[in-house]
Amino acid sequence: MIPIFDIILLVFLVVTALIALRVRDLLAASMVFGIYSFLICLLWAQMTAVDVAFTEAAVGAGVSTVIMVATVYQTARRSKD
Amino acid sequence: MKGLALFAVVLTGALLLYATGDFPAWGSVHSPANGGELSSHYIENVRTETKVPNIVTAVLADYRSYDTMFETVVVFVAGIAIIALLRDFGNGSRGYPPALANNLPEEPDLIITQTCNLVIPVLQIFALYVLAHGHYSPGGGFQGGVMLGASYILIALANGVEVAMKAMSERKIMLLAATGILIYSGTGLICLLLGENFLDYHVLSRILPTDPIMARSHAILIVETGVAVTVAAIMFSIYANLATRGTLKGGL
Repeated sequence: MIPIFDIILLVFLVVTALIALRVRDLLAASMVFGIYSFLICLLWAQMTAVDVAFTEAAVGAGVSTVIMVATVYQTARRSKD
Repeated sequence: MKGLALFAVVLTGALLLYATGDFPAWGSVHSPANGGELSSHYIENVRTETKVPNIVTAVLADYRSYDTMFETVVVFVAGIAIIALLRDFGNGSRGYPPALANNLPEEPDLIITQTCNLVIPVLQIFALYVLAHGHYSPGGGFQGGVMLGASYILIALANGVEVAMKAMSERKIMLLAATGILIYSGTGLICLLLGENFLDYHVLSRILPTDPIMARSHAILIVETGVAVTVAAIMFSIYANLATRGTLKGGL
């Protein structure tokens, strides 16, 4: 009884999580984390937890991504493992 | 070793998945989250006790105000910790970040700066709307504050940290961050001085020109403003210190 929209979201969620783990370029990994946050945000909104979705969009997809990109810029861009 | 780690992960994941079978159905009336005495009290009495249509905001900033106050303190402490770890007071002795070292005198890109000039005022107005409209729609202090901080981050991204620092200097950041907490805890303290419990807003009706119920509604806006001020200042401070290695010069 899971709506089709949820299934699409959850599949993409797993895919982005795997990409974020596998990708060697840390800048790309940060961007994928942003996408992951945004998918989670859509999931919250779909469960009508709009306040949480709003926070996730602002903090998770917005500021966290910027902070992670800023950090990657100050360190090595390629992951060693 | 890798196989062992994989085994542990798969086992934990399988146990977690198995445990979700015992969860109540989503949105079920009988789930502990909906059926408890406390939740029913919130759902039934928020409108009569605080006149706030958005239950989430009322619970966050009124019934569980201690939580929100110390969440704001956590954000404040995180910002202080970042400054303590990263801030470089030695006039850039650590040098410019590696990404910038080879092409340093960089002109801000025209398209990026113009787009940001268009977006930033709208973003700031929307942040204030989110903050002030938290009673009626999703939003509130944290979201509004993050968006306000993001607008300053956007200035820093487009023009470099120095330009953003003109509007939001380091001294101002610390002053605003501390002021936000002062607004929040000060509201609680006034309640205490008026002879009620800490953060028990209804007693504020003695100094605000409203009845006790509306006093709770207005006090929510006051404390949310405190949250927003702290969060906005700290978010920008964290970005500025991270992006410049604590020198607060240059930018990404």
